[in-house]
Amino acid sequence: MKIWIKSGTVVDPVKGTSKKSDVIIERGKVAEILPPGVFKGERGKFREIDASGKLIVPGLVDMHTHLREPGYEYKETVATGGMAGVAGGFTALACMPNTMPPNDCRSVTEFILEQAKRADRCRIYPVAAITVGQKGERLTEFGDLKEAGAVALSDDGWPVTSSELMRRALEYAHYHGMAIISHSEDRSLSEGGAMHEGSVSTRIGLPGIPAASEEIMVYRDICLARLTGCPVHIAHVSTAGSVELIRRAKEEGFSVTAETAPHYFSMDHRAVVGYDTRTKVNPPLRTPEDVEAIKAGLAEGVIDAIATDHAPHSSLEKDLEFERAAFGMIGLETALPLTLELVRGKTLSLPDAIKKLTWNPVSILGVPGGSLTIGSVADLAIIDPECEYVLREEDIQSKSKNSPFIGKTLKGRNDLTIVGGRIVWERKT
Amino acid sequence: MKKFEHKDLLGMSQLSVADIELILDTAESLKEISSRDIKKVPTLRGKSIVNFFYEPSTRTRTSFEMAAKRLSADTVSLSASTSSMVKGETLIDTARNLQAMNPDIIIIRHSASGAPHLLAQHVEASIINAGDGINEHPTQALLDLFTIREKRGRIEGLKIAIIGDISHSRVARSNIIGFNKMGAEVTVSGPPTMMPVGIEELGVEVVNNPAEAVKGKDVVMMLRIQLERQSQVLFPGLREYATYFGLTEDLLKTAKKDALVMHPGPINRGVEIASSVADGPRSVILDQVANGVAVRMAVLYLLIGGTKA
Repeated sequence: MKIWIKSGTVVDPVKGTSKKSDVIIERGKVAEILPPGVFKGERGKFREIDASGKLIVPGLVDMHTHLREPGYEYKETVATGGMAGVAGGFTALACMPNTMPPNDCRSVTEFILEQAKRADRCRIYPVAAITVGQKGERLTEFGDLKEAGAVALSDDGWPVTSSELMRRALEYAHYHGMAIISHSEDRSLSEGGAMHEGSVSTRIGLPGIPAASEEIMVYRDICLARLTGCPVHIAHVSTAGSVELIRRAKEEGFSVTAETAPHYFSMDHRAVVGYDTRTKVNPPLRTPEDVEAIKAGLAEGVIDAIATDHAPHSSLEKDLEFERAAFGMIGLETALPLTLELVRGKTLSLPDAIKKLTWNPVSILGVPGGSLTIGSVADLAIIDPECEYVLREEDIQSKSKNSPFIGKTLKGRNDLTIVGGRIVWERKT
Repeated sequence: MKKFEHKDLLGMSQLSVADIELILDTAESLKEISSRDIKKVPTLRGKSIVNFFYEPSTRTRTSFEMAAKRLSADTVSLSASTSSMVKGETLIDTARNLQAMNPDIIIIRHSASGAPHLLAQHVEASIINAGDGINEHPTQALLDLFTIREKRGRIEGLKIAIIGDISHSRVARSNIIGFNKMGAEVTVSGPPTMMPVGIEELGVEVVNNPAEAVKGKDVVMMLRIQLERQSQVLFPGLREYATYFGLTEDLLKTAKKDALVMHPGPINRGVEIASSVADGPRSVILDQVANGVAVRMAVLYLLIGGTKA
């Protein structure tokens, strides 16, 4: 069925504009974008959607999700994660390879894509492992993985400790046109840590993870990008020092890109007081100064993308002593309101904020989508930016509920998601 | 009469000056019981107390058990090796099962910081933190405060040095908080590898060189150096540690003439403290242990004794 979205504000992250328009969707594509009142469709031929007061944005693309399948289906599956994604306004998810078994070969990549087809919710872009078994010893078959459908490579969850191996990975991935997403962490410094090392960890007696454990590896990766001339993408940037290193690398013209996650600009290490394991994440929540630096990095374009690092865990991993609990929090259903907070706080313009969730990640991954123009595939979301609500556990679509934002008041919510011209999510009012 | 308004004793950070004074005053009135011929009063008769120790302990565990028994409470002791933890039960499940047997107090020692706080959220019994990870050990701080007050008549205005592995010491954390609340001036000292980031924000002066830290102090508290930490590259070895960070007779001479020497135990003789100092006239190490029973009696009494309807 054809869809006629009326009188919404279309946000074009590429042109940097937002304009009140009608959007017509036919045969899975955006057929028309035109001023309200111009289009005269025949009644009954269209599903008509009133979007007045709402935003129409290109479908959000999360370049860093953990879908846990295969192996940890009790935490999340491609289907439930996809559902959480479309509920949050995402139309495409790039899923990390730290599954069981890890996505380090064609059969796992193909299995994930098969599950995506069965779930039939949003687009799934598998990110394959850089090294076999994510062990940091030898390279996976990048070419074969690409043919199978993997879009990028990462040992996420684990750093590639050997600099030599990382160098060769960058060179070889570049040949295949695949992005390398680096989980930058010096484990010898962070081992045993449970939260950011600073005044709060000292006060509440938790072993710390120093900012330097991230920054050392960010700098190493920048050095390797300079050495090889190959691009590198830094995942989940959390510290002021990392932002500064990436800023300088970009100024010097190296092809370094970076993402951060909403929790790194929405919360700081003081949230850990009380030992709530939902605040335990890696890299950890940092200081208020780091939060400000992350925001500045986003504003200046040092940080290209906002990615969720959606990391579902069940009560088995989270209802434990803080030090024993697993790292990670879910994020697919909170990324949008938290990012819109940056717009309200004047850190980013609305089109820039949406760009960091659409066009920029798409460009880094080299996948289609990320914009909303006539003729483009109809992947889009209709957002109510003013809707204020308390996040309740029962509203969360993800199989896991490990979010520190439960019980907090959020503003801005995705109402409706369209993938390939088909409505895949509609919020019940 | 003043009341103790807490369900649990999780840390010094939760206590007000009035709370601390109430505990110390109560301990003072209960201390005498331990020197009677018949060391028992019926105050907590019919109450049950679980001693739940996930980590090895001699002093604290025995002290709590003595304290409970002298108040006529029934006690049960569990250790990690004899509990279901070895069978893979989670802390919360163990706690729920203990709760099902309706104890009045669960005393817990655990290697993870915040474990007593987690427990407190899941059980109705009062929780006493007997040491959690590197966070707090409130009854140790209370018995240290008690001992200082007993020997010096006051805490306010005293100059206190705490020396050793500050990073990994729950005793140091609880004492820093307690001493500060009671108006003492605290200096911490030790190798920079064992000094946590931002410790100044807890209101202490940091002096790495123990020779400077000890000078003119009313109280010198040495911390146990955990031998297993040698493997963690925090210091090169015991000989070097003893030379640069141990409390010797010569070093002690620079403190005030009547300075008290304290140590939470167990001591490593010849490492952080010379034998002659540990056994010397300034040492109140065994007074600390004796007072521990009185202070723990006070805490047990204040939590579940008295007017609980």
